[in-house]
Formats: sequence, C-alpha cells, structure tokens
Amino acid sequence: MIENRPVSTFISHAILIAGIAIVIFPIWITIVAASHDAARLLQVPLPLGLGDQFFDNLKYVLGKGVGDSAPLGLMLFNSLIMALMIAFGKIAISLLSAYAIVYFDFRFRMFFFWMIFITLMLPVEVRIIPTYAVVADLGMLDSYWGLTIPLIASATATFMFRQTFLSVPDELLEAARIDGAGPMRFFFDILLPVSRTSIAAMFVILFIYGWNQYLWPLIVTTDKSMVTIVMSIKGMMEALEETPQWDYIMMTSLLAMIPPVIVVILMQKIFVKGLTETEK
Amino acid sequence: MSHIQIKNIEKVYPNGYKAIHGISVDIEEGEFIVLVGPSGCGKSTLLRMVAGLETITSGEVSIAGRKVNDLEPSQRDIAMVFQNYALYPHMTVYKNMAYGLKNLKTPRDEIDRRVSEAAKLLELEELMQRKPKQLSGGQRQRVAMGRAIVRKPAAFLFDEPLSNLDAKLRVQMRLVIKNLQTRLGTTTLYVTHDQVEAMTMADRLIILKDGIAEQIGTPMTLYDKPQTRFVAGFIGSPAMNFIDVELTDNGSSIKLGKNKITLSEKLKHTANIVTMGFRPEHIKLDENGPIGLKVLLTENLGAESVIHAALAGTDSPITIRLNKRINAKNGDILKVSVEPKKLHFFDTQTNLRIN
Repeated sequence: MIENRPVSTFISHAILIAGIAIVIFPIWITIVAASHDAARLLQVPLPLGLGDQFFDNLKYVLGKGVGDSAPLGLMLFNSLIMALMIAFGKIAISLLSAYAIVYFDFRFRMFFFWMIFITLMLPVEVRIIPTYAVVADLGMLDSYWGLTIPLIASATATFMFRQTFLSVPDELLEAARIDGAGPMRFFFDILLPVSRTSIAAMFVILFIYGWNQYLWPLIVTTDKSMVTIVMSIKGMMEALEETPQWDYIMMTSLLAMIPPVIVVILMQKIFVKGLTETEK
Repeated sequence: MSHIQIKNIEKVYPNGYKAIHGISVDIEEGEFIVLVGPSGCGKSTLLRMVAGLETITSGEVSIAGRKVNDLEPSQRDIAMVFQNYALYPHMTVYKNMAYGLKNLKTPRDEIDRRVSEAAKLLELEELMQRKPKQLSGGQRQRVAMGRAIVRKPAAFLFDEPLSNLDAKLRVQMRLVIKNLQTRLGTTTLYVTHDQVEAMTMADRLIILKDGIAEQIGTPMTLYDKPQTRFVAGFIGSPAMNFIDVELTDNGSSIKLGKNKITLSEKLKHTANIVTMGFRPEHIKLDENGPIGLKVLLTENLGAESVIHAALAGTDSPITIRLNKRINAKNGDILKVSVEPKKLHFFDTQTNLRIN
C-alpha cells in the first residue's frame, strides 16, 4: 500500500522513531557508562550524557584487562576462534547431512531425518553433564575443540539447507549426471555455488550464536587463557570484595558487540537475499 | 544396423504403476524420431529411460551397439536438452558448455576449440561470458543445445525443449534444431506434446498413449493411414471428425441418416456399426452432397475458414476447414460431400483401423 498523506507519514515515523529509541537506549547507556569514571557511575542519578573518560577507559581495558581477568585482546581472539569454528563446523556438517537426506536414497533415511529433528529438543543446556563428561574423557577441556565440537551439530542449519536443496530444480542434478559429474563433483561444482546465499545467511546467524555462547564456555574452560569475552563480562561483575567497575565492564561490553555488528553489516545484503530468495 | 535399439522395455514404478508397456523400436543412425502424445502418456519417461535418468524395469536399450541398461547417463554417450534448459545458474555460457567436457578430462585447447565451434554454429559468440540470468529464453535454449553438441554424442535427447518459448520463437527454433540435426547427422529422440512440432520435424513419429506405442511411422503415413482412432484424432488440426455409421449393401456403402455414401472399396467387417472418420480439410461444399451440416460457429482466418457445425438432425460435432472465406450464419444448413477415398473406418470397440 502506497499512500501519501502527511498525517499517516507523521504517525508511521513517530512509531518507527519510538521503536528505535527503545532499542537504542540500552546501547546509549552502555556508551555513556563507558565514558565516565567508576565513581560517577555509583552516584544517583546516573548520567545520560557522555563523560570524558571514554578513551582513557578504552586504553585501560585494552592494555591491562579488568581485575584479574586475561587481557582483552586474548579474550576477543578466543571468542573469534570459537565463533568461527562453530559457524564453519556447523555449516560443513549441516551441508553434508542435508545433502545426504535430500539427494541419497538409503535405508532408514526418514529415521535419520527424524533423529536429527529430535536433537532440536536437546540443546547443550539439557545435556550439559553427559556432554561435559564426554569432553572431559576425550581430554578436550580448556581447548578450542572442547569449546566448539559439542556445539557443532545443528538440526536448524540442516533443515535450512534441506529446504534450499529441495528448491534446487531436479533438472540441474540430471544435467550434471549427463555431464558426467559424480556425487561429490555435483556437490562442489553445482550445489554449493547455487546455495551460496543461504550459506552466507547461515554464517551470520551461526557466527552470532557462537559469539554469544556463555554457559558452555563457562563450564568447559578453567584456564584463564581460554576465557571468552562474553563469559568474562559476567566474571567481572562478580569480582569479590570490590564494587564492580562499571566503566570498564561497559567498555568491554561495547568491544564485545563490535565483531557481530561488523559481520551483520558486511553480510546484510546477502543475508536478506539468502532468507528471502526463492528463484534459483 | 540400427543405432538406438529399444527392445520391449517396460517401466513399473515402486508403487505398482506401470508407465511404459513394452515398447520396441529400432532407430537408424541419423534419424530424427519424435515421441508425441498427450500429457501423462509416458513419453518423457521413455526418453529418460534411454537417457539413464530412470531405471529400466525390463527390456533392453542399446545405443551404438552397446547395451546401456546399467550404465550411468554420462557413460551412455548421449546429451540431453531439458524443458527448462537446466543451465547451471552460477556459470557463464562458456563454462556451461565446457562443463561436460571438463569432467571427461578433455584437454583445455580441445574444449576451447569445440566450444567455440558450437558457439559459432548457434551464434552465441557474443554471449560467452554472460550468466544464464542475463539471457533471453531463446538464447538459453541455444546454450542448452550448445551444451549438448560440444559433447559430440551418439544421440541427442530433447525433452520438450520449445515449450517455454513464445509461439514465434518456437517456429524459429524448430527450424534451427532441425537444420542443426540434419547438418550434424546425429540420431535424435525428441519429446513433444505439440503435434505440429512433431509433424514438421520428425523423420518418424512414435505416438504414445498410456504407455503404449499406438503407431510408429513417418508423418505422412500417420496422416494418411492412422492405425487407431486415437492416432487419427491426434494427428491433424483441427482434429478428425468421427461419426458412427451403419454398413449397408454388404459393405459397399454406408448409411448416414437418410443418405447413402458409396465406398471406394468394399468394407468387410463383423459388426454392422463402424466409426467413420474424415478430416476437416477433406470436406467439400457440394449442393448435392449427402451430408447436411448445421453451422454453429464460423472462424474466418483470412486465407481459410473453419466451421464448427453439427450433423443435421443430431448433436454430432463436425468441423470443416475450407481454403476460402465463407459467409455462413449460425443455423445455416450447408450441404457437403467427402471423397470416399479419404474416409477412415475404425472398429467401435477396439478402435482399430478396418479399411
């Protein structure tokens, strides 16, 4: 519906601006808090305008780390490795399992399909103790493998890729068969390039999922060198005996937000295309 | 020796549905064979069985003297053009055409040579670096054909390749395909549901209905001597007229209402009632003609006119085609006659030809 009436334009803009304000406000508070010193943040009322400590806080956080936690650079690096391993691992495994389910006719195909479906009901939180035991037995505690492998199997991504593959016309497979492409060649030469937008969309979703992991890293890592940034923020707030250093914590939160934001901004176009594209 | 030999092949789907009932045909090298029939008759299934995209339940297919029942499509030495072209959307025209050769580990310069040869033949040279999305329907069609010819296969298989094109382009591409095939001399199996396409392109036609080959023959044989009522009605446009008539005078004439038509040859048949067929274009206006028609609708096409009418006194629809303009109003009665030699007779039960 396209209308051109000043009143409705005004109302729709007002609603949009209100919505943006609600979303933006906590982020603004984070920025504000990161720009004052710790003492100011303990006084009531909380400031709503920017302070002058922003760059000092930034320098401090990047340089020394907060309290007794690891340096921020290392935590950011750990988080990045974890998020990338989860995203790529999930995409690789889901692509292969979706490929098997869609294109191969094997015994118990539907059984396996439903098995994968059922794992939707078993997220890490539910199976945390047995999973921990397995990871511990495999000697993967305090390692990137331990952080990521239990999170890699993904029913959601498998379903998403299944849908993508189902929308690829059968003739493409038949043409490839006549052109002499075997299963793996068809997969790499035809199917992957044709599905690249959905793969990109999945990457965005999974990168953020991996980046935001909190509970599992908290349990599986004890070594300070394996700490991720998301879990460290919580750790800072629980620093014993001291009042939390809100200025540094907020600065850390800001920094923790940046990588996912970059990923979303860079891949936004292709992300939307991947979720909405119907024509292959 | 025949080039493609189809021996009594059958297709039964796992759910028990029998799509193809024992079809046999020998195809000579360089022949252009068209498989034609209404939708669901099994023509695409038959083609896909030859291509290797459907398994063969029983019977045998051999291509160039080699039994191919258990070979992968790529090993059968065939190339196929699909209805929706099935071009790889992410590859350029060049890569689309080269992909099959690349998989056969053909040397690069050989690929280059063959692709540019095909591109020249199909006037695709300007488009080699484009993606399929940037091409028109006709151009995509030509790329799909290019992909088939670079392989230099023993046989081309076409699965309704023109049905996604507009009418004008279709006529044009029909000629392109036919010329190309004649020039390359490659044995071709071509599926279509369009009988004009079938008649104009084929060396021989296979008319399929419900998985059975009703008749196999040249277009003119099928037009002049259709072996079943189905073939008679399927070939020719507008379709043949059918009326049930009574044989009289010991089979030397037929009774049509009050009138009699003397036959050119005596017709012997066990039943007295037979189905008579005659083509719309074989009807002449004739003041003293034995057949009276009540006009229902006249279509003047300029050079010719098609009149939809009913046999006077009945509801039996009759279509006639005259190669001149005519002013006939609805309800007018036209007197017409048919040359006895152009009459076709079929059994009312078996629908098989009896004259």
